[in-house]
Amino acid sequence: MIRIEPRSAPSRALTLGIPVLSALIALVLAAVPLAFAGANISTAYVEMFRGVFGSTFAFTEMLTRATPLIFTGLAAALAFRARLWNIGAEGQLYLGAMAAVAVGAGFLDVPAIVLVPTIILCGCAAGAAGMVASTALKTRFGADEVVTTLLLNFIILIFLQYMLEGPLQDPMGLGWPQSAPILDQGMLPPLMERMRVHSGLIIALVCAVVAQFMLTRSVWGFKLRAVGENAAAARHAGIPVNRTMMSVAIVSGALAGMAGVSEVAGLKGYLTADLSPGFGYTGIVVAMLAGLSPVGVVISALFIASVFVGADSMSRAMGVSSYLADLVVAMSLLCVLIGGFFARFRLARVAPAKGEVA
Amino acid sequence: MMDILNILLSESFWAASLRIATPLIFGVLGALLCEKSGVLNLGIEGIFVAGAMSGWMAVWLGAGLWGGVLVAAGAGAFFGLIHALLTVPLGLSQHVSGLGVTLFATSVSYFTYRTALPNVSSPPRIEPFRALDVPVLSDIPFLGPVLFQQTALTWLALLMVVVIWYVLYRTPLGVAIQAVGDNPDSVDAQGLSVYGLRIGAVVAGSALMALGGAFLTMSAFDAFFFGMVNGRGWICIALVIFASWRPGKALLGALLFGAFDALQVRLQTEVGAVIPSQAFLAAPYVLSIFALVVAARRADYPRALLSPWFKGQR
Repeated sequence: MIRIEPRSAPSRALTLGIPVLSALIALVLAAVPLAFAGANISTAYVEMFRGVFGSTFAFTEMLTRATPLIFTGLAAALAFRARLWNIGAEGQLYLGAMAAVAVGAGFLDVPAIVLVPTIILCGCAAGAAGMVASTALKTRFGADEVVTTLLLNFIILIFLQYMLEGPLQDPMGLGWPQSAPILDQGMLPPLMERMRVHSGLIIALVCAVVAQFMLTRSVWGFKLRAVGENAAAARHAGIPVNRTMMSVAIVSGALAGMAGVSEVAGLKGYLTADLSPGFGYTGIVVAMLAGLSPVGVVISALFIASVFVGADSMSRAMGVSSYLADLVVAMSLLCVLIGGFFARFRLARVAPAKGEVA
Repeated sequence: MMDILNILLSESFWAASLRIATPLIFGVLGALLCEKSGVLNLGIEGIFVAGAMSGWMAVWLGAGLWGGVLVAAGAGAFFGLIHALLTVPLGLSQHVSGLGVTLFATSVSYFTYRTALPNVSSPPRIEPFRALDVPVLSDIPFLGPVLFQQTALTWLALLMVVVIWYVLYRTPLGVAIQAVGDNPDSVDAQGLSVYGLRIGAVVAGSALMALGGAFLTMSAFDAFFFGMVNGRGWICIALVIFASWRPGKALLGALLFGAFDALQVRLQTEVGAVIPSQAFLAAPYVLSIFALVVAARRADYPRALLSPWFKGQR
């Protein structure tokens, strides 16, 4: 007989080791679809590795790809810690991006020192508003935020199409559904010459460190964790559960909105309806892979970005579908879920004597 | 106003409503079955994609239409089994596991489609299900065109409403499934397997969801497109709550939804110049959120929904 029993306290090695191991297993499992596609497996892995570490350009591309994932990963990690299921980062990202071009593409013609913070503030506020709406429906009417955030993603995307064909459309854009470009002084400055990596990355790293500090060292973080671990007990202890939820919603939505700001004002310059290839959804995988730890989010975002950039370059070189990257990302989520189980529980043989049975 | 009345009285409007409702009927029934046993299945969106892709591809490879339906159901059952194993014996977060299954099923489907058809400009077409032309019945005025000129899959969906209702409320198995979603300890005390019931319900429910996807590629359209499921799975999750986990109300919810969607398409052509078309496109999602808000407090949740259960541990 094999029985599942909880571990008293998961060891540090396990909590750190399991995500790493899960990610590696997912990478190894990529060999199955590669074989299915008829590709030479060892060449494919070499190509993937070269696509990330082969040149300075490749590496900075990976960092560029990781930037929005750190933001959406943080958005998911903080919300999930409070058991607020924000699956709407994709929509909130677009709200942030829309706000960024609304104020940054000529509406305000002010020096960079004013314009950049204004763009960031408006983007974060727009993203936060998206999540606040869903959270209010949850606290007021008991409507499940998973469903409302998911459905809002579709509504926001449709709203985006409307804005890009109407109020936000670039008058000089020859009728393409795209916004006018953000003014030069409104752009987040690049970090390296002739590379696309931009200072959004620095903001993302600062956000991660601040989030880690707030979560583990502040009263707000304590309330957040208390609500996430046991809302009923938290309420009993006098913690204002709904208000805490709302504050988490604001922070989480703002971070997702910041992902949109960073993509539009750091990278693209203007807004189109394909700004994000699912950064919002991938952020959930990033957060889970990080064990919902803000600093861990940085590392797992780097990993997921490497998978995307590496697989992209491999698929160009070898003609394998680039959906391979999405497959590896999905498999790492499933692997880390299973891994997380073994961190919290162990399989024990039910023996007459109760001892250490591995 | 007269226009709306004219639309509501037309046969084609009601026929379209039932057609639009069909994938949702499959999806809502599938989600309902999973949730009745206590397991939320957010894999539904991906399972729709997998059903749509695998069913279509099976037909394209020559399996025949009903062969395609079986393949789609099998694909749904497979992804459902992954979700069931992660959430039932392992007791992992149903939210995260479901999203993981959605990401996995979607990317497997897209990857398979792209690998099988690397460079096609227009997606290859299959010969889809034809409308059943029941000899005498389809000549009945009004009812004939609405009910008896639908495809076999629509009839299968309506039949499944009755089957699911009968199984849940009139058989010992159904009573056990409901009990395991309300109070797993009591089921365990009777010597029944909590794991077995839940895994079975999730696998069967997921197979049903996949048929909703298969309807899209094998009946509503005749090809597979990326992004064709477009949130239908999530809408089903909202409709289950709206239906308060009752199969009859689930059918009603799906039909109302189909009618609304059919109406907005027709209104769009009437008043398209005044209201931007996107307002109509967004309407189904807004309606789902609205339905959820109205129903959420009164809904009769399975009491053990979302709570994992471990043998020998209370």
